[in-house]
Amino acid sequence: MFQSIMFYTFALIMLGAATGVVFSRNPVHAVMFLVLTFFQSAVLWLMAEAEFLAIVLVLVYVGAVMVLFLFVVMMLDVNIEAAKRGLTRYAPFGIGIALLMVVQLMQLIWSRGHGFAGTGGFAATPEGYSNTKALGAVLYTEHVYAFEIAAVILLLAIVAAITLTMRKRPGIKVQNIAEQVAVRAKDRIRVVKMDAEKRQ
Amino acid sequence: MLDFFASMVPTFIWDIWNSLPPTIQYLTITVWKILFVMIVVILIVAFSTYFERKVIGRMQARVGPNRVGPLGLGQPFADVIKLLIKEVIVPSQSSKFLFVIAPLLSLIPALAAWAVIPLNDWYVIADINAGLLFVLALTSVGVYGVILAGWATNSKYALLGAMRSAAQIVAYEIAMGFALVGVLMASGSLNLGDIVMAQGGGVSQWFLIPLFPLFIVFWISGVAETNRAPFDVAEGESEIVAGFHVEYSGVGFAIFFLAEYANMVLISTLTAIFFLGGWASPFEGWTFLNDIVGLSWLTVGGLHWLFIKMCLFMYIFFWFRATFPRYRYDQIMRLGWKIFIPVTIIWIAVEGAMAWFQIGPWSGLGA
Repeated sequence: MFQSIMFYTFALIMLGAATGVVFSRNPVHAVMFLVLTFFQSAVLWLMAEAEFLAIVLVLVYVGAVMVLFLFVVMMLDVNIEAAKRGLTRYAPFGIGIALLMVVQLMQLIWSRGHGFAGTGGFAATPEGYSNTKALGAVLYTEHVYAFEIAAVILLLAIVAAITLTMRKRPGIKVQNIAEQVAVRAKDRIRVVKMDAEKRQ
Repeated sequence: MLDFFASMVPTFIWDIWNSLPPTIQYLTITVWKILFVMIVVILIVAFSTYFERKVIGRMQARVGPNRVGPLGLGQPFADVIKLLIKEVIVPSQSSKFLFVIAPLLSLIPALAAWAVIPLNDWYVIADINAGLLFVLALTSVGVYGVILAGWATNSKYALLGAMRSAAQIVAYEIAMGFALVGVLMASGSLNLGDIVMAQGGGVSQWFLIPLFPLFIVFWISGVAETNRAPFDVAEGESEIVAGFHVEYSGVGFAIFFLAEYANMVLISTLTAIFFLGGWASPFEGWTFLNDIVGLSWLTVGGLHWLFIKMCLFMYIFFWFRATFPRYRYDQIMRLGWKIFIPVTIIWIAVEGAMAWFQIGPWSGLGA
């Protein structure tokens, strides 16, 4: 009972926030709605006792990805009118994709053999069960190749992104740290000895 | 813990307590635990402002606050009352809602992280297995307060401060996370209580010794995360006035101030837990201390040791502020990305090798 109330509360806030992402006029407000959506889905995962995934969702998406997103959105001067026109034009595509995903999810639930009724909340895990340990045990043994391939792809993406932004522009001014550290006082100042002058 | 209270209260109260349903008992205990931790943290924050001004005063050959109350001890309360009765000004061109909630967004994570911090062997509000991840997640969420304050103010200085802070916190969070990978490799657990337990048995067992490079990286990244000197480019009062909180006055400013000091206390406590054995005593096993009257508390682990270690790091925070000039922005980025991250990655590899060859305190956990 209590769990159901919690679930529906967080799920409702999540849906509301997700709607806010699409309909808010200000891009920064939209990003903040997205952050709220991530938080609510993290809480839902916590209720499913997937605490590792929930905390990592907050750590990676809210703590890092969305901060960079916010950074970019603040710097851009987004034309709100143009974005609004886009909303009505792309709405049919969006609804189509959403419907497709709903159908796929339903298929998944059916294929698991639960049907739509009788899922009865989240399955409880045994005492002393550690989500993090279980995930690590599977990730580094059974799925180790997939895991490492994913890591290499991410590394490749990092290298590619950095190479794309590393353009050598002529006349660019860069600090040479080694040179700055090596500077001594005698390179910069000259102590001049001179006699005191007579008052005029 | 309950046995301790049982001896303190009359039996009829104890009978009433036992007749309550377990849910109510649990809720009552938890609420009291939370209240105690919050009050203590806020009191520590209040007196650390006094401590800071005294320390910096002495370092600059001044006496610091000495007018309000004996030794100036009433100063923090005078400051709080002054800030609370000041007028709150909201800039007319600002984004009102975000302007108002931004200070709260920076304070809430700083206080919420205390939920998983063990104060001694039984006092922890939520003894969860992913405690270390929880702390990392919450410290990374704290940056929103600063960024949103800078943006919602709708001022160039504030936005510049927010941008600097965002870049700095994202950079140092990675080094901080990698340093903690070393800690969890050594302790074999994400639970903060287990991490302290793994360091039990005196100074020689502290992670400070085998993980010294990670300790330095974690501590300096922690200073950078709190936007304190010498990493205070987000405020940079000599360049961008006060950075992200330039337009905040009264209560809004007070909450930012509280959040900054609560974060400092949090980082000090976390450093003590991860590298200095938390509440464990450094003199554990020095039995001759038990024979000396008045020194037996030294060998017993508990809240007092955590407090002493926290105060040590708070002092270092103030020492930094009094002695170091502010970092230049490109030097901050260079230190974070090009020095700290490689250092942590190399030391994790070294640690893995040591665990594999059964060298060091974690030899039982490796291989």
